[in-house]
Amino acid sequence: MSNTKIVSPKKDMIFMAILSAVVLTMPLWLQPFGAAYPDLMQKFMIFGIFAIGYNILFGLTGYLSFGHAAFLGVGSYTAVWSFKLLSMNVIPALIFGTVLSGLFALAIGFVSLRRSGIYFSILTLAFAQMSYNLAYSVLTPITNGETGLQLEQADPRVLDRMSGIEADASLPTPNLFGIEGIGYSGFYICAALMLISFFIYLRIFRSPFGLKLRAIKSNQNRMGYTGFSTRPYLMTAFVISGMYAGLAGSLLAVTDPLAGAERMQWTASGEVVLITILGGVGTLIGPLLGAGIIKYFENIFSAFNDTVLLNAFSFLPDWLAHPIASVVGLFVGEGWHLTLGLVFMLIVIFLPGGIMEGISRLSRLLFKREKTEPKSDGHENKEKEQTSAGEV
Amino acid sequence: MDAIFLQILNGLDKGGAYALIALGLTLVFGTLGVVNFAHGAIFMMGAFCAVTLEKLLTLSVKVKDESVTFFDAYKETPYLELWFGDTGTAIIDWSVPLSIILAVPVMLLIGIVMERSLIRYFYKRPHAEQILVTFGLAIVLQELVKAAFGANPIPQGAPDIVSGSAAVGAIFGLGEAVVYPWWRLIYLAFSLITIGLVFSFLHFTTYGMVVRAGMADRETVELLGINIERRFTIVFGIAAVVAGLAGVMYTPVLPPDYHLGMDFLVLSFVVVVVGGMGSLPGAVAAGFLLGILQSFSSMTEVKDIFPGIDQIIIYLVAVVILLTRPRGLLGRRGVMES
Repeated sequence: MSNTKIVSPKKDMIFMAILSAVVLTMPLWLQPFGAAYPDLMQKFMIFGIFAIGYNILFGLTGYLSFGHAAFLGVGSYTAVWSFKLLSMNVIPALIFGTVLSGLFALAIGFVSLRRSGIYFSILTLAFAQMSYNLAYSVLTPITNGETGLQLEQADPRVLDRMSGIEADASLPTPNLFGIEGIGYSGFYICAALMLISFFIYLRIFRSPFGLKLRAIKSNQNRMGYTGFSTRPYLMTAFVISGMYAGLAGSLLAVTDPLAGAERMQWTASGEVVLITILGGVGTLIGPLLGAGIIKYFENIFSAFNDTVLLNAFSFLPDWLAHPIASVVGLFVGEGWHLTLGLVFMLIVIFLPGGIMEGISRLSRLLFKREKTEPKSDGHENKEKEQTSAGEV
Repeated sequence: MDAIFLQILNGLDKGGAYALIALGLTLVFGTLGVVNFAHGAIFMMGAFCAVTLEKLLTLSVKVKDESVTFFDAYKETPYLELWFGDTGTAIIDWSVPLSIILAVPVMLLIGIVMERSLIRYFYKRPHAEQILVTFGLAIVLQELVKAAFGANPIPQGAPDIVSGSAAVGAIFGLGEAVVYPWWRLIYLAFSLITIGLVFSFLHFTTYGMVVRAGMADRETVELLGINIERRFTIVFGIAAVVAGLAGVMYTPVLPPDYHLGMDFLVLSFVVVVVGGMGSLPGAVAAGFLLGILQSFSSMTEVKDIFPGIDQIIIYLVAVVILLTRPRGLLGRRGVMES
């Protein structure tokens, strides 16, 4: 992909149109993969938003944050509170969730961005762990501790009551002016938001601002010599990615109005790192791919259990089927994280540019003759990483 | 006064664990320049060495229970008890300390294999990639342990003779009421001894001296014809042993489960950063310091003034240190001062 080349806005529009078409027809073409149910597709969208936001920070500037789950958590809590206090409508919930995580990111970024490299990672990690620990202990009145924040019949819901909407016997569900936040309608709400966020993200990628972020990644000192103060750019990128995380968090609350502190744990931050790396750091579409693949396999693999496996290997003689099934069983079902960890390690070791680098390598291999100048961004990324490695 | 004394003990005890893990982390960083996110997993695997040995020792067979006469009753009796009688029972009772004997070679082997097969390819890669690959390794290790031992914590008992509490108050003249578990005192002593051993290895043996020389100036040492890489591999093994032993001895304090490593990893990283990346005395000092700070902040008097301070104090200290003195308390000038 041509990061540094000027891409005509028209091409971007075509790209957006294709992406929208692909996303909106997901319920159709995911059918054969067994993934066309709304819950899972909503997860694709939500973690897609989370990952592209993370990519603005990590992919463009190279700052490895290990605390992004904190923003996800703040977004979730805020959204649930908005459901409880104001209205079951998703719009205030999303706005409050996004803005509040943005402010939270502003505070954390203000401190963390004073350092770079591994110290930045540890600072963000420290802040995320602080938020997580506080959410479990002192902030229990706000977060409801281990139980998690839940909707209740007796919640005020001021706006809803004012407009005469009373909750009936069952708990109310989040909705967009009556359109339910779950099921297919919920998926389309998430998809629309994902496309909007992706469009903004695309504009950031193409803008001079995005170029400056990339300059920070390739050489922060030189950037300073040319007279740019890098801090404001980093700060903006950090806040934007925090807001994306907040939006993803509030959407999680829309699909399931229950917020728990475990969303803020640092292993949850690790997950978005996994997603981004797997898809391709710094590439446009990579994080979306990563989110889709990880969430898809998480769902599919977790569903495998011993009986399913034994059935799958039933064509083998019994003495062979059992050991094979138990070995494979290590990697699926409960052990899905083992597969994830292994794949992730292999990617970092052999394919630091993620799936996108794999694709571009493949295409270079296949269409070697047709391409006169092989210019793939996976390659560029690698060069960039090497230069930055030289400075450390 | 009593409370303060107890909190200091508590802190030293917790700090001992932090210091041991951080020591290995900072040793690896100082020698190989690798940020090892899998170090917590090594600690966890050490703890599971103890679990494994206990499981081996208590391999049981069903024997008829002679004390029940009304009907045929069977009870599980470990082989060791059948074969050696009371000696066997004693061996089982002492399974945790005995695990040290098992853990040393096993952890050394794990460490060396890990370094040779994976870490060495990451010497020259950026820190971010080192973090990522070792993070992946940590996930793999903990999932393997989970597959082998299940997801629930497995409690381990300290030997009966030290399972009670020591009247430490009487020794220090603070009154009989001040008591402290024996095992945790042993843990403190153990960590001090281990730290002492590591330091004397580095300072008083030729091997350790060469390692320190390699930490200071790798190229010159290599020019002198010394295969420093092999020594650093051994150092990685030693770091794994230290973390593993810390894990073995910690099992009676905290029943180990598979994500024990992840829980301790973040804390020990903070300890390393506070002490100064690559500084051994820094890691030890910061470990004990943060341990004591944490236990003091969990006193009710302190919590009344600053609610929730016990949950965040360590991170708060880390943030302040990183912002005001990025090389850490005892870090060398110019190391990682960005």
